[in-house]
Amino acid sequence: MYKILDKQSLNPTVTRMVIDAPRVAKKAQAGMFVILRVDDGGERIPLTIADYDGDRGTVTIIFQIVGATTHKLNLLNVGDCVRDFVGPLGRPSELDGLKKVAVVGGGVGCAIAYPIAKKLHSLGATVHSVIGFRNKDLVILQDEFKAVSDHIVLMSDDGSAGDKGLVTDALKTLIDEGNTYDEVIAIGPLVMMKFVCKLTEKYGIKTVVSMNPIMIDGTGMCGGCRLAVGGKMKFACVDGPDFDGHLVDFDEAIGRSRMYADFEKHAYDKHCNLLKAGN
Amino acid sequence: MANLSKEKNEMPVQDPASRAKNFDEVALGYTEALARDEAERCLNCKNKPCQSGCPVGIDIPAFIEKINSGDYEEAYRVISKSSSLAAICGRVCPQETQCESKCVRGRNGEPVAIGRLERFVADYHSAHKPNDEHTHKSNGHKIAVVGSGPAGLSCAGELNARGYDVTVFEALHTAGGVLVYGIPEFRLPKKIVAKEIEDLQSRGVKFELNTVIGKTLLVDELFADGYEAVFIGSGAGLPNFMKIKGEDLNGVYSANEYLTRINLMQAYRNDVDTPIRCGKAVAVVGGGNVAMDASRCALRLGAERVVLVYRRSEDELPARKEEVEHAKEEGVEFMMLTAPVEVLGDERKSVRALKCQKMELGAPDASGRRRPVPIPNSEFILDVDTVIVAIGTIPNPLIKDTTDGIAITKWGGIVADRNCKTTRDNVYAGGDAVTGAATVILAMGAGKRAAENIDRELKVKN
Repeated sequence: MYKILDKQSLNPTVTRMVIDAPRVAKKAQAGMFVILRVDDGGERIPLTIADYDGDRGTVTIIFQIVGATTHKLNLLNVGDCVRDFVGPLGRPSELDGLKKVAVVGGGVGCAIAYPIAKKLHSLGATVHSVIGFRNKDLVILQDEFKAVSDHIVLMSDDGSAGDKGLVTDALKTLIDEGNTYDEVIAIGPLVMMKFVCKLTEKYGIKTVVSMNPIMIDGTGMCGGCRLAVGGKMKFACVDGPDFDGHLVDFDEAIGRSRMYADFEKHAYDKHCNLLKAGN
Repeated sequence: MANLSKEKNEMPVQDPASRAKNFDEVALGYTEALARDEAERCLNCKNKPCQSGCPVGIDIPAFIEKINSGDYEEAYRVISKSSSLAAICGRVCPQETQCESKCVRGRNGEPVAIGRLERFVADYHSAHKPNDEHTHKSNGHKIAVVGSGPAGLSCAGELNARGYDVTVFEALHTAGGVLVYGIPEFRLPKKIVAKEIEDLQSRGVKFELNTVIGKTLLVDELFADGYEAVFIGSGAGLPNFMKIKGEDLNGVYSANEYLTRINLMQAYRNDVDTPIRCGKAVAVVGGGNVAMDASRCALRLGAERVVLVYRRSEDELPARKEEVEHAKEEGVEFMMLTAPVEVLGDERKSVRALKCQKMELGAPDASGRRRPVPIPNSEFILDVDTVIVAIGTIPNPLIKDTTDGIAITKWGGIVADRNCKTTRDNVYAGGDAVTGAATVILAMGAGKRAAENIDRELKVKN
């Protein structure tokens, strides 16, 4: 059992939790992920590590409430425990040697982009952050990004926070203004990452994306997280989750992400109906 | 000797029509009367050929003699001297190619049903002496076992019996390895595995779940933590894919994923959250026990048609005969000499069909089996909405990637000698991690051998 030490609502659909998991915390690095199970009979879901403190033995997760499992997770409070919490899994992001980087985060993907921006900042790199959300109510981690970025651009689809537009618009402007980046790191919805990659491909800027597909074990056993990278089959859990975005087949990944769309809706409805019955 | 029947007593089973709709155990086990009658078929040979066919060397005639005299607890003790997992092996061992293949009665008729008798004894013990009292006399030496599948469990059991303080590290949230994620409930009820693990715990073996060696902890850290030897029984968990077009479509599963969702994550139950695509028409590609398990699971999840697609002929099916028969009885269609060439999808990127071609057998290949050769212009479309790929697994690279000094074969197996010693001091390995996907009992045998050698070498050193 792994105790929840802190819980904070970042916006109506995104929650941050600090979990007591000393072994995971000791090994955690930016870009790696954990798999957790809320309770017996629960699903195993992968969540990228949002922050970690090896000395305190804690791992921070940030999750969006999208389905039955994240809904159940969000019902837990400080002092409660999650049943299982395993990690850190995957390969850490390769950040050494980068001098100037654009970190692009979309929605809850900013939770994963943030530790990368923070790590780059601590390594002495120049960090330009572009973070985008649908509207002002969904903005998360703005202050945290500010603290570790040399320049930050906030975007929203409707213009209610920062500039109106997509993160790709802001990134294009930065590049056109003459910024030369060693690398662009894009983390967010698959569609966003796809279009960031399309943009940077034109400019020939190396772009790394973090993939978060459906998986069970996180150790290479199920093959559910497979994706095509440069025409070769890769497992996100052991070969990633970071990949060269210009080689990722996003259309395939988007298709695979919908594998259980109907089921998720059903499970969520069922769960919510149960809650209603309990009230 | 009283029973001269040439045939062994049949195993009582659930009726095929009803069992294809439930996950309860198919084989019901011998009654006491059947077991006594079968035991009387044993000739109690002095040279015990059957024992030489058992990877863990159970004194088979001795335990059968105890059944004959009605002393089932004593029969269990005889088995326990050599095997710590009798209830499991009695169910899933391929006895027909091991102990039973050496049985003298098999020369003129069927061999004694050793596996069924082993199961009877184990189940009798479980029903009558469910909670053994154990005291563990520690010798003060710590050993780490990586993986809680059959190799790890038998290694842990044997070391514990020899006085070692054993900790088993398991990556998943439940101990048992392939016994819980791979083999379905209807062939090996999970409560039997759980009981064997509880038994080891009551003897003092510790289990640390959710701990991935190679990620959460490294082998070097285990040594730094005071473990004097490490046994790697991490299995062969990485699924192979066919590498054909369309394998990324929704509805294509590795057998590992499909079975894990059903067995470990219990997707067939209404009270768990695990999603699975049940599938109306399912093609299972492969011919081993895993392919049989996946096919039979698909039927139980409600598939109207399950087709097993195998590129060689039925004679070459690597699965146990009993599993093939069970699958056929339940309604799995066997489409032999057929190989998939492409998975076809619809506009939602879901499987709509499997394009196959017919094969014929050519000259023998490296494995000695006749090589399947495609027949030109024999392509046809099999209408299915789910494809399960059961064409084998390879060992997981997480440990070798993070541990210096362990030699690996070109296909990813850990190099270990007959004594299960790897190329690094105090690191031992056995089971599928060394051999590639094989059987429960071979893994158990390796775990036991490793334990004996760890004990011997540590005694020399200390």
